[in-house]
Amino acid sequence: MSQGDKQQAQECVQTSQPWNNPDAVPFIRFEHVTKKFGDFFAVDDVSLDIYRHELFALLGGSGCGKTTLLRMLAGFEEPSDGKIYIDGADMSGVPAYERPTNMMFQSYALFPHMSVEQNVAFGLHQDGLPKSEIRDRVEEMLNLVQMGKFAKRKPHQLSGGQKQRVALARSLVKQPKVLLLDEPLGALDKKLREQTQFELVNIQEKVGTTFVMVTHDQEEAMTMASRIAVMNEGVIKQTGTPFELYEYPNSRFTANFVGQVNLLEGILVDDNEKYAIIHSEAAGGDIYIDHAVSGHEGMTFWVALRPERIRLSDSQPAETKYNCLPGKVEEIGYLGGLSTYHVRLDSGTRIKISEPNSTRHIEPRYTWEDRVWVSWEAGAATVLSQ
Amino acid sequence: MNGKRSTFLFSALVFGFAFLYLPILLVIIYSFNEGKLVTVWAGFSFKWYATLFSNQGMIDAAWNSLRIGVLSATLALAIGTPAGLVMARFGRFKGRTLLSGMVAAPLVMPEVITGLSLLLLFVTLEQLVGWPAGRGMTTIVIAHTTFCSAYVAVVVQSRLSGMDISVEEAAMDLGARPGKIFFVITLPMILPALLAGWLLSFTLSLDDLVIASFVAGPGSTTLPMRVFSSVRLGVSPEINALATLIILAVTIMIVIASILMVRSDRRARASRATSGT
Amino acid sequence: MSGTAPTPKQRFDRWMVRNGRYLVIGIPFFWLMLFFLVPFLIVLKISFATAEYAQPPYSALFQWVDQGINIALNFGNYLFLLSDSLYVTAYLNSIRIAAISTVITLLIGYPMAYYIARSSGTVRSVLLMLVILPFWTSFLIRVYAWIGILDREGLINAALLGLGIISEPLIMRQTEFAVYIGIVYTYLPFMILPLYSTLEKMDGSLVEAALDLGCRPWKAFARVTLPLSLPGILAGSLLVFIPAVGEFVIPELLGGPNTLMIGRTLWDEFFANRDWPIASSVAIAMLLFLVVPIMWFQNLQGSEKGDGK
Repeated sequence: MSQGDKQQAQECVQTSQPWNNPDAVPFIRFEHVTKKFGDFFAVDDVSLDIYRHELFALLGGSGCGKTTLLRMLAGFEEPSDGKIYIDGADMSGVPAYERPTNMMFQSYALFPHMSVEQNVAFGLHQDGLPKSEIRDRVEEMLNLVQMGKFAKRKPHQLSGGQKQRVALARSLVKQPKVLLLDEPLGALDKKLREQTQFELVNIQEKVGTTFVMVTHDQEEAMTMASRIAVMNEGVIKQTGTPFELYEYPNSRFTANFVGQVNLLEGILVDDNEKYAIIHSEAAGGDIYIDHAVSGHEGMTFWVALRPERIRLSDSQPAETKYNCLPGKVEEIGYLGGLSTYHVRLDSGTRIKISEPNSTRHIEPRYTWEDRVWVSWEAGAATVLSQ
Repeated sequence: MNGKRSTFLFSALVFGFAFLYLPILLVIIYSFNEGKLVTVWAGFSFKWYATLFSNQGMIDAAWNSLRIGVLSATLALAIGTPAGLVMARFGRFKGRTLLSGMVAAPLVMPEVITGLSLLLLFVTLEQLVGWPAGRGMTTIVIAHTTFCSAYVAVVVQSRLSGMDISVEEAAMDLGARPGKIFFVITLPMILPALLAGWLLSFTLSLDDLVIASFVAGPGSTTLPMRVFSSVRLGVSPEINALATLIILAVTIMIVIASILMVRSDRRARASRATSGT
Repeated sequence: MSGTAPTPKQRFDRWMVRNGRYLVIGIPFFWLMLFFLVPFLIVLKISFATAEYAQPPYSALFQWVDQGINIALNFGNYLFLLSDSLYVTAYLNSIRIAAISTVITLLIGYPMAYYIARSSGTVRSVLLMLVILPFWTSFLIRVYAWIGILDREGLINAALLGLGIISEPLIMRQTEFAVYIGIVYTYLPFMILPLYSTLEKMDGSLVEAALDLGCRPWKAFARVTLPLSLPGILAGSLLVFIPAVGEFVIPELLGGPNTLMIGRTLWDEFFANRDWPIASSVAIAMLLFLVVPIMWFQNLQGSEKGDGK
């Protein structure tokens, strides 16, 4: 890498990661937002900053409050408490039809009695723009989503993927400050979904609009989003880039929700500046951690291990004293690209391990009831206190 | 279906339809009977149709009924549609329970009670404010509008609750005010339900004897009232002719309606098939 | 961060939206209030009055006497309803006749609905249309059709006499039997349609699963189809039972002078006897002992369904 490249990369980090820049002004701000339905807290005291040009994902299971948060941003629900700002303007009392946001609905919500063209033009008509401008902008937008050919069709004559494009065009054509996407790919089948993910990201990069998206699919969120907020029971558990969430989860919930994980419960018995030892009944021994753990001795911790970071071997690896546990293969799953093993440790805990099948013509290395050793490098584990 | 059971079911079906249609068929046949007696076939004739059309009282009554039917059905649409909309879309508000009660109750209310209570209302109103002055077409239209609007409200509400609310939210999101959303988005989407509601109201109004009898005044005799007073005395070949005409009109309407429905259904299915979802 | 103040136009728009909402609620609300709810209060009021030869033919409840209101509540009408066995009998009769008719309608309607639900495509649409068609034709004319059949000089008697099976004409019209026929005939479509829609929605593989697990066909019907179609049976029965109880036209045209039904009693009190207060108290009694329980029951059904979701 030359000197110039390095500098460019440095700038890039600063503009593309405004959340790491203390001087950056958030574009959307949730301030202690709460939404109650009767006694039920759908959203419970959420504060969140989203920056301009982000593709931000709200990730969580059903009923976690992510959709309510999105609908409050769109103006379909008013917060019971707290404030929402978009581009510096307080949104309280501003009805949905006056907000600088547009939404792409999960069901697409295309107007069934209007053609594709009329659907896309609807929002512009509400603003009372001149006919010629509307025509030009609709055409341009339909070309952007490659639906120019279908302008005269009615929604019921379109396939699921085509409807999705029309819905996207309709919500983008008003050039909103924020585009809201409610499970944008939820109604598509798997193949089409993967293809559309990248298209959506490309379009977002082209138009530069801030996207806020709701999804329950962690893979989708990881592929598309600049940052993700993981939600559960009305609360944001963690906010971060996909990398941060996967590598540095802050809780068992996030670790479990984003990717797969093995959790071993234990007690901190030795904490140094360089290393820490956690005694785990579940693992049947001590676990060695290669960095200090913030906590006092006797506290309960969970050691999180991703399945692909664990090694399997048929004899005890000679070099290590720690992080090497004996067990028996219980289940084998052959998934083509990789194989998964479930190993029952002698302590009784079940561990998931995945190994890539990087060469052809080789049968999985282990079979049922094989005696194996499970081991990992000291740096592979994450220690969680909650 | 195995053989024995399907034979039983089939005969039950045939019996049921015979039960439903034989009486109607007999009425139609005897409307062409030359003689006056039901039991004796005296030859084919259009005589009773001629008698029917020269009966000015009957024709006036039919004209009254049609006018009342069109007016009440249209008014019922104007009152029932907002009621259905409010119950399906407006969430909670004060008086919601009362409104839904007032929409549900006319559907189970015996006609004699509705008729009596409305008559007493009209009498009281006349005493208090002098309106409506006497009873006639106006009072019948008000009475019919009231119970028909309950039916319209139910039809509209069920159509709306089966409809994806996000379509209306999308319109709002794109900048349309609620009033505009109703006329540009909601109304076109519930048009079939409104049409069904109008037809249902029209039929109910045309068919009502009991309520109209309570609230009618001199000069506002409706067709059912007229028919009732002549039928009370026994079979009358003129009524056979009238019945035949009504059955004919309804059959033609229903057949046209179902052909249209089947066709639009087929078209929708065909286009869905070609789009390849 | 500061909010931007709404422009006057935006403020006007929001005001319109808020008030438009009240207008939309208000129209049906006040119409139904005035022409549905208030009338009942008047009925209630008049049920406490006494009949008079006047226009209108009842006494005033409230009278201005010496600068005070004199309220003359007359409970006599209600005592009269209880003491005269005519009304109690009419009430019980109505319920009995409606209940028996409902059961007969169910017995005839169920196999028909089942057959229609199990048939397919065009056959099904045609059969359904045939069920709906009578519903759109005049109710009065359908009742009338039976007069010609059941009358003393009617078709059945003519046929039986002609065949020499009977020597005297049978009396069929002006009996309770004729009322049953009339009710079953006119309300049959109301039973078939809800039954059909439940049976049609039912997963056919459920019965197949029962048969596959060794159930005999009739047992599969009794243990799978029948219990699952209960909501339809209930809905259909209510649709028949409710209007049948208050029925006036059918007992009047087909029933005899002894076929007492509550709707007919009310009609006679009002039109024949011109006793408006008694007619009103019959109406109130009907409301309390018939409509209120039915609405309560329906409400119960509704909330149970809501819980099940």
